[in-house]
Amino acid sequence: MASISMTVNGKTVGGEVEDRTLLVEFIRENLRLTGTHVGCDTSQCGACVVHVDGKAVKSCTTLAAQANGCEITTIEGLASDDLHPMQQAFKDNHGLQCGFCTPGMIMAATDMVNRLGKNLDEKTIRAELEGNICRCTGYHNIVKSIQDGASKM
Amino acid sequence: MSEGIGARVLRKEDKRFITGNGKYTDDVTNHGQCYAAFVRSPHAHANVKSIDKSTAEKMMGVEGVFDGHQLTADGIGNIICGWAVNSKDGSPMNMGAWSALATNKVRYVGDAVAVVIADSPSNAKSAAEAVGVEYEVLSSVTNAAKALENGVEQIHPEAPNNLIFDWEIGEKDPTEVAIAGAAHVTEMTITNNRVSPNPMEPRSAVATFDASEDHYTLYTTSQNPHVARLVLSAFYQVAPEHKLRVIAPDVGGGFGAKIYIYPEEIVCLWASMKTKRSVKWTADRTEAFLTDAHGRDHVSTARMGFDANNKIVGFAVDTIANLGAYMSLFSSSVPTYLYATLLSGQYNIENIHCNVRTVYTNTTPVDAYRGAGRPEACFLIERMMETAARELGVDPAELRRANFVCEFPHQTPVIMAYDSGDFEANLEASMKASDYKGFETRRAEAASRGKLRGIGMSSYIEACGIAPSAAVGSLGAGVGLWESAEVRVNPVGTLEVLTGSHSHGQGHETTFAQLISDRFGLPSDNVQIVHGDTDKVQFGMGTYGSRSGAVGMSAIVKALDKVEAKAKKIAAHMLEADEGDIVIENGEVKVAGTDKTLGWHEVCLGAYTAHNLPEGMEPGLKEGAFYDPSNFTFPAGCYICEVEIDPDTGTVEIVQFVASDDFGTIINPMIVEGQVHGGIAQGVGQALLEEAVYDDNGQLLTGSYMDYTMPRADNLPSYTVSHETTICPGNPLGIKGCGEAGAIGSPPAVINAITNAIGNNDISMPATPSKVWAAIQATQSKQAAE
Amino acid sequence: MYNTNYHRASSVKDAVATMGKSDDGKFVSGGQTLIPTMKQRLAAPSDLIDLRHVDSMKGIAVKGNQVTIGAGTTHAEVNASKELRKACPSICDLAGHIGDPHVRNMGTIGGSIANNDPAADYPAAMMALGAQIVTDKRTIDADDFFTGMFDTALEEDEIITSVTFTAPAKGAYSKFPNPASRYAMAGVFVSQGDSGVRVAVTGAGSDGVFRHGEMEAALASNWDSSAIAECNIDADDLLSDLHGDNSYRANLVKVMAKRAVEAAG
Repeated sequence: MASISMTVNGKTVGGEVEDRTLLVEFIRENLRLTGTHVGCDTSQCGACVVHVDGKAVKSCTTLAAQANGCEITTIEGLASDDLHPMQQAFKDNHGLQCGFCTPGMIMAATDMVNRLGKNLDEKTIRAELEGNICRCTGYHNIVKSIQDGASKM
Repeated sequence: MSEGIGARVLRKEDKRFITGNGKYTDDVTNHGQCYAAFVRSPHAHANVKSIDKSTAEKMMGVEGVFDGHQLTADGIGNIICGWAVNSKDGSPMNMGAWSALATNKVRYVGDAVAVVIADSPSNAKSAAEAVGVEYEVLSSVTNAAKALENGVEQIHPEAPNNLIFDWEIGEKDPTEVAIAGAAHVTEMTITNNRVSPNPMEPRSAVATFDASEDHYTLYTTSQNPHVARLVLSAFYQVAPEHKLRVIAPDVGGGFGAKIYIYPEEIVCLWASMKTKRSVKWTADRTEAFLTDAHGRDHVSTARMGFDANNKIVGFAVDTIANLGAYMSLFSSSVPTYLYATLLSGQYNIENIHCNVRTVYTNTTPVDAYRGAGRPEACFLIERMMETAARELGVDPAELRRANFVCEFPHQTPVIMAYDSGDFEANLEASMKASDYKGFETRRAEAASRGKLRGIGMSSYIEACGIAPSAAVGSLGAGVGLWESAEVRVNPVGTLEVLTGSHSHGQGHETTFAQLISDRFGLPSDNVQIVHGDTDKVQFGMGTYGSRSGAVGMSAIVKALDKVEAKAKKIAAHMLEADEGDIVIENGEVKVAGTDKTLGWHEVCLGAYTAHNLPEGMEPGLKEGAFYDPSNFTFPAGCYICEVEIDPDTGTVEIVQFVASDDFGTIINPMIVEGQVHGGIAQGVGQALLEEAVYDDNGQLLTGSYMDYTMPRADNLPSYTVSHETTICPGNPLGIKGCGEAGAIGSPPAVINAITNAIGNNDISMPATPSKVWAAIQATQSKQAAE
Repeated sequence: MYNTNYHRASSVKDAVATMGKSDDGKFVSGGQTLIPTMKQRLAAPSDLIDLRHVDSMKGIAVKGNQVTIGAGTTHAEVNASKELRKACPSICDLAGHIGDPHVRNMGTIGGSIANNDPAADYPAAMMALGAQIVTDKRTIDADDFFTGMFDTALEEDEIITSVTFTAPAKGAYSKFPNPASRYAMAGVFVSQGDSGVRVAVTGAGSDGVFRHGEMEAALASNWDSSAIAECNIDADDLLSDLHGDNSYRANLVKVMAKRAVEAAG
């Protein structure tokens, strides 16, 4: 068993977990933060994206023990206020349908803006979404949402 | 801003999803919950000689290990196909038995033979690995045409030669005569590739048996929880309906795959009773690829005859449809009544005949996937039309125009009676939006950059609003396909609308509320849409076949009619006015032409205080309705796709995609456009990227995203979407439906564009870079030889 | 995933010592390949020794045209390094196209090289740059390091600590990604520098990354994409799978090589 402690959405959390526990399992099962999802087994769909020390990471491909001592932000902790501008943009631009990929999309989108700035063209956004799969929207409105959200971050 | 019909109202449901507060089945956790892990066949076809559970039973955390013999002994029934389709000789379909846990034989890789219930997913998986199953491997077949050949291994004893049924529609002889006398005949063999639906949320079930109440609760990823309850109860005998509550909470996409009641849900319920524990199962993606019903998988040969004026005189089709290892719930209807009845397309064709043979193979069961039969029909017709135009040397748009149905109603020779449409308007709109006329200039410009540019179109029609119950009943459906709704008005004037439709991304909570805003002028925030719980909603048939608008909302309209009538009676009584003079608008109830007004809430409160109701009127304001459609609805449109191909690698880039659709009345254009976007992406996915591929031993080679190509953002363009509306005369709102159109209309447009670009018509879906490159090579060597 | 014992190493020495005590341990860096493999129960190391917190294995040093990249440097860091981009932009571009942005935040150059996935990008770069793989025990030429699909010259308890190379005068990498996995179906790294012309191919070979002598010779005599037009790419040595047969891959190798030469200028 591994004894771990980390900051999740500003709160210090911890506990004893099996060493094999994935970060996403720790977040969903131990912390009951179920906004972070699992959509595949091969680290491709991106439904599980969270920020670890400010960088987007696939929490299904990271052990909880690897994140020991880190600062984690999940979709539940993204907004300091009611809604983060990127969350608002997804709503304003109909950037989601079933909502399952959405938390990962939003976490990837905010990371994208953090790295590349607020002025993102369509081609860049589409390329940067390589690690996030959506089956509902055809991406059209996700791209619009990210462009809009980026400009307001 | 108006929130009524036609308004782009932002979605009410979004807030919980964008903040991570959606509640999906896997998010449900019960006290003392256990986890199911299935022991699945690694063989495509094998006899099960023995199952040794002894080691697994003793392993850490294991609550129970169960097999199919125990399941059968407990009286759990076989999984059924709910639509009986007879062969053309009148004989019933040859349905083989499908037990939720295979007993004596496994028929595809992934077929479940046993289940382990344990205290953690890891312990369950480890114990499942320790279940010893002895198999006697049999030869297997995955290709449907091959499965029909003599001497091939028999998959079900009930289905000689693996044939399920041999069915036909239309008149064979007149069609053959017409084609024989045609001035030109276009002939093609067309494959519609097998795909996997891939909703991003994997299937999941949480089953809880409450021994003290003898009652079951099932949370599940379902598009139709009431149908699930009905089938689990009436056919699988898991529990009587009144002792079984099925809840489909937030569901992360369906696309057909979540219509059916799968072995896992049955087994979890039963295992919960056996272990007296709450049992959770959530598929991983590989399990999803192996067990979620696949879509499509047709091979057809088709002949289309034209007269000297390029009018179609006859269309003959022979189709073999692969239904996989077992007959899934609606599998029989997909390649028959949802497919061959649409073979007239948008065209006036006097003679059509289609023969369909459905076949068992050692593959994952095949059932409805977004479009279900209609994409197969559309792909066939629109590839034929494009090819015929090239052979006849006429513009593809002109050939279509020359054959369009222009008068309505129009009875086709294959059951369907089209009620409305303006196919020419859609064609014109798409040609204009895509600058069809300017294409050759763009092609030349692309050539200067070394790229091959092509353009292709597709004029699709589909049948939605599924479906008139008596009609589908006469065709073999085991259920009626109406929808129910209940409108509960609270004493303070807010409303709850209970619907049998289910939203798994479609935005019903917003769209349905707009009906109430439109009717009474109330803010949509005053309306709560309730769905997905058999304890709350009395009954429902669920969401598939683009039916929630045309059928589900029609039921709400019927219930609203009743609510409005009663409210008017109460108001007339309260205001001492004539009922016929009462109007309800902007949240007020008025006597027309006077200043006599009551607030909507005052009328509602009046209904519940019952202090001053008309003589003999029951208190309260709550009405229910069942709506049974009178006809199918017929969304139609024209899609134009433009591609650029890198001849060195065969990579296809979609540089423009234009859609013009006729969906009848549109309640929320924002949501409807979103449906079109997503549908197009799935259609483009099928055309360019996706295929479920088996090797010679029946192993699924595309069992993860490492090998199954999902459309990603950089595979797709932004789309240009518009509408040309004709009102559907068949339902009160004039709605045709929009959920599947994109997936139906887009594949032929893409392939027509590619074949146009490379000058080689021989491309099957998916048009992967390697295939396109090989086709370009073939064209070049042919040109070199000439 | 089978159970395992996780250890966070504080130094290379600590990591090696922990490995020595384990039954069947494995070093993990970003874990972007190893963890999915363990999730699918295709790997079951008794112990996982995490190298991500070993400071001495991190960072990028550029002195003139001499480059050293710590094995624990992430793909994102390689991609973003301005200093490295000045000396050797090709490797920054390559790193920026490995996996996806999230994978690049975790995955490391050392992990990628040690795993030697036949479709990984870095092995081609190492071969084409004539890099040296520095371990805690020795320094190995890239040509000798990659010994076949998923196979390297590394011993069980040997750790890559850094890679070093001389930035070439010209170099570029061009990749055709597998449509599904986005790994390389054919990726070609070309370089022209002090050690001559090198052409290394990943993704396509039936036994992992390889150098292509004929293209190297052709480009050595004429550094122009037209020079390789007549080169023979032997399809027999290449992979066939559902995404493309070996003749298609042979075509891709040549097309990617041409594009890499053109990009290198």
